[in-house]
Amino acid sequence: MTDIPVAPPPKSRLRLALESDVFYTFRRSPVAVISALVVLVLLVSAIFAPWIASTNPFDPASLNLMNGFTPPLEPNAFTGDSFLLGTDDQGRDVFSTILYGMRISLFVGVAAVAFAMVLGITLGLISGYVGGWVETIIMRVADVQLTFPSILVAMLIFGIAKGITPVEYRDQMAIWVLILAIGLSDWVQFARVVRGATLVEKNKEYVQAARLIGRKPGAIMLRHILPNVLSPVLVIATISLALAIIAEATLSFLGVGAPPTQPSLGTLIRIGQGFLFSGEWWILFFPACTLLALALSVNLLGDWLRDALNPRLR
Amino acid sequence: MALVKVDNLSRVFDVSKPWLNRVLERREKEYLTAVSEVSFDVAERSTYALVGESGSGKSTIGKMLVGLLSPSDGHVEIEGVDLANEPDAAKVDAVRADIQMIFQDPYASLNPRWRVKDIIVEPVASRGGKTEGMAEKLLEQVGLSVKDAGKFPHEFSGGQRQRICIARALASEPRLIVCDEPTSALDVSVQAQVLNLMSDLKENFGLTYVFISHDLTVVRHMADVIGVLYLGRLVEEAVPGRLFDDPKHPYTQMLLEAAPKMDAFGREIQPPEGEIPDPINPPPGCAFHPRCPLAQDICKRDRPRLRQIGGTRVACHFAE
Repeated sequence: MTDIPVAPPPKSRLRLALESDVFYTFRRSPVAVISALVVLVLLVSAIFAPWIASTNPFDPASLNLMNGFTPPLEPNAFTGDSFLLGTDDQGRDVFSTILYGMRISLFVGVAAVAFAMVLGITLGLISGYVGGWVETIIMRVADVQLTFPSILVAMLIFGIAKGITPVEYRDQMAIWVLILAIGLSDWVQFARVVRGATLVEKNKEYVQAARLIGRKPGAIMLRHILPNVLSPVLVIATISLALAIIAEATLSFLGVGAPPTQPSLGTLIRIGQGFLFSGEWWILFFPACTLLALALSVNLLGDWLRDALNPRLR
Repeated sequence: MALVKVDNLSRVFDVSKPWLNRVLERREKEYLTAVSEVSFDVAERSTYALVGESGSGKSTIGKMLVGLLSPSDGHVEIEGVDLANEPDAAKVDAVRADIQMIFQDPYASLNPRWRVKDIIVEPVASRGGKTEGMAEKLLEQVGLSVKDAGKFPHEFSGGQRQRICIARALASEPRLIVCDEPTSALDVSVQAQVLNLMSDLKENFGLTYVFISHDLTVVRHMADVIGVLYLGRLVEEAVPGRLFDDPKHPYTQMLLEAAPKMDAFGREIQPPEGEIPDPINPPPGCAFHPRCPLAQDICKRDRPRLRQIGGTRVACHFAE
């Protein structure tokens, strides 16, 4: 008698994830692996900035004005201190400012995308599922907003918000206003994609099955349709993250974003560009490289994810 | 007593172009009559089959029975409650719990992101009922394994998925199940298994089926009463033996002629003549008159009412 084969035990979620098609294409794509590594390194160093950075560049007690304009890896002429990436005009270690600046950049980027995502998904689900004049109003507003460059929309929202906040709170509120402005300028593509996917899903029979047992529209949208429209949202969220980081840097570079007390990468670049022509290139160069690496690798990761989740490209 | 009473049921869909297009192209509003003045009763613990070609309105009737669509005119009464017009929400909810539906496409009727056990108990869980062990018990009753409860729908074949759909339909212990072509997406060998399962469950649970199909052979085995639909109108209703041996309506005769038969190899089959007419502009009088061999002038003027002839109800001026 031969043994009858027994069905294998159910696999754990980790095993399933490691054996999935998406992970397979990930391992096979060097671009995806490298950009994921870059993002991971930058993310970890931003999160653990207080432990990695040699000084807190925004604590005046730790600064020595005599250290100003020290070039990278050269000892300062007066104090003899040496800095990995040099110092700026006030003697702040550029390496530390980058780590702290990246925290602000990433926080604003992630929060703005999360805000845009929640707003876009909600409006997209409602307009796709309810239809009729509700859909018409939401989608026409989206169309109108899409005709303006999103950086312009963000500046407009930023300006209005700044106008209505009291002067003494402006610096504290600046980060949140930035998140609001970038988020509001970015919800349209989430809403469009979710609406399209909802239109497809709502006519499937599993939605009808839920309707006929008397489930409320809210429950159907959240528990049935939402899980089935999330994969395109994931792709857009990744690409939007890169765009949101750049948008934040642009606003900060123009001087309407993060205040000098909480500088983001964009603020650092704005400060650095004043010294470029007097020879202190490192104050601009290193923050700009970091921003480039961050935005580029998040974007490449998003591109790869879009291809990996698109069955027609397999 | 009849569990389901369908009285003079009609459904009209607005298929007009958007307002701006209508104004620019000077077009009228267009309406599609999917179901027109259909009346029938379904007795408790029986199977009522609705047959007809594509576009005959059978699925629309099914959706109105379960309350997914509201009637344009007429009434559907289930357990004496008119779902579309009953003001008492508690009464409507009680009747809804007694109605379930099995859909045509087993690949679209299960949410791909839900585990099988969550899918099966949803009709009960959404009303706050106790669901412990329920999915496992139902899975066994429909011939699947207890271990399948934790799996996702994509791990099953079409026939197995349809069994899961049946398990879900049984979960709330309904009295009426509307089956919208439950086997037409399945292989022939699997069709028989699913149909036998449905027959067994009907006996065990005392179910009433409204069985929508275009397949006369399937209907012949399942149904206690068959209603034949043509362009949204009920043209003939009889028990299977009578309908197959002595069809009264010329359309039913044409359908039976065209059906493939096992004992008729080499026989010349008369293909059905003509097409089902445009439901936006249905022919006046009897909707079947452009294709009917018996058509006279009266057929173009007067719409025939259902008449009782023997045990058959038929809508034809010349049936006898």
